Amino acid sequence: MDETVPISVTVNGVTVDRRVEPRQTLVDFLRYGLELTGSHVGCEQGVCGACTVRVDGAIVRGCLMLAVQCDGSRVETIEGVAGSGVAGTGEVFDLQQAFAQENALQCGFCTPGMLLTAQDLLARKPGASSQDIREALSGNYCRCTGYHAIVEAVRA
Amino acid sequence: MKPVQFAYHRPASLDEALALMERYGPDGRILAGGQSLVPALNMRLAAPAALVDINRIPGLDGISLEPEGLVIGAMTRHEAVENSPLVARHAPLIAQAMPYVGHRAIRSRGTVGGSVAQADPAAELPACLVALDAVIRVAGTGGKRETPAARFFRGIYTTDLAPGEIVTAVVAPSIQAGWRSHFAELARRQGDYALVGLATQCLVEGGVIKGARLVFCGVGPTPVRAQRAEAALLGRRPDADVSAEAGRALDADLDPQGDVHASPALRRHLSRVLLGRVLAHIAA
Repeated sequence: MDETVPISVTVNGVTVDRRVEPRQTLVDFLRYGLELTGSHVGCEQGVCGACTVRVDGAIVRGCLMLAVQCDGSRVETIEGVAGSGVAGTGEVFDLQQAFAQENALQCGFCTPGMLLTAQDLLARKPGASSQDIREALSGNYCRCTGYHAIVEAVRA
Repeated sequence: MKPVQFAYHRPASLDEALALMERYGPDGRILAGGQSLVPALNMRLAAPAALVDINRIPGLDGISLEPEGLVIGAMTRHEAVENSPLVARHAPLIAQAMPYVGHRAIRSRGTVGGSVAQADPAAELPACLVALDAVIRVAGTGGKRETPAARFFRGIYTTDLAPGEIVTAVVAPSIQAGWRSHFAELARRQGDYALVGLATQCLVEGGVIKGARLVFCGVGPTPVRAQRAEAALLGRRPDADVSAEAGRALDADLDPQGDVHASPALRRHLSRVLLGRVLAHIAA
């Protein structure tokens, strides 16, 4: 029952081979197995969006996928898309700048999930309206800002 | 919390999956998209001895047009349904409902078969399937069978599935000339569970409703067909008076429960509001 299973996953471009317990969620594997702690664990029931990561190009809830299911997949986390915080080094650099300028974060707990979700929206729908943004971010909870600044940052 | 320990199987064929389900009996659970099961595991509301992951079984996903209608494989993700030109053309009601299913990061994983087998009373897809007279395809160790959607959903999280059986596909008859469909829903926020949802398909000839299917979600243990309201529409033009009359007929069709999200009276009110909006859309 408590056996571990071998998986091979490409995380942020690097292929890692590990053994995982089948019951370990993807986000726990990222945090505890790979020490990628940018993906946050909020509700563990798919509601808050803090654990949002990309698997094979699609955003998913890291708490609602098991690590074992990602065997053979390509996983991207906030560490992978954010780069070093210097212009030109990360996919979400412009969004990060806009979040900072608009004061779209306070504690920052929700921000990695917000950035990945916003990036997914903007990739599909450049020039998204405020309504589009609110709908797209409706599955990502922020307990600090009241969302207005976040929507403004994504629009910027 | 974290899930209890369980054995994990990733069968490569449907037969292998069925054999595993037979072996584990009620202690085995199918893992499809996992968007309902994994939260239940995390909260320890479910503690199966084994998960049978059907994500890698070839042939369980995909959308195709067959003589019986539009066939959507059980492992087809909500996102794929949402983006499918075939679904938009042949079962537009289902396409219209998809954006209401959770959030993008849920629809990228959640599956058609999972929604059907889960039978959440607030779920959009079961209501659409009942409205469309769709058929659920099921496989078991004893063979394959089909069940009309109207008989498949038996109660809250309860279906016609026998232990060990697996949903393999849903089949929706292709929409016919003259029929118009519309899905609408009211929730506190986009992506939240429906307070009330309404799947509608009507035959409109010369502005007059000649056929009507009104199926609600979120107002009963299963999708609820509003037959009295349907009858109030037949042979009529869907203007404001007819809409109000059909809305009054809903009182006898629906018996919604109250919960922390909405009282029975609010759900009744919202059902009438939705019906009015849907009819305005159908009439337009």
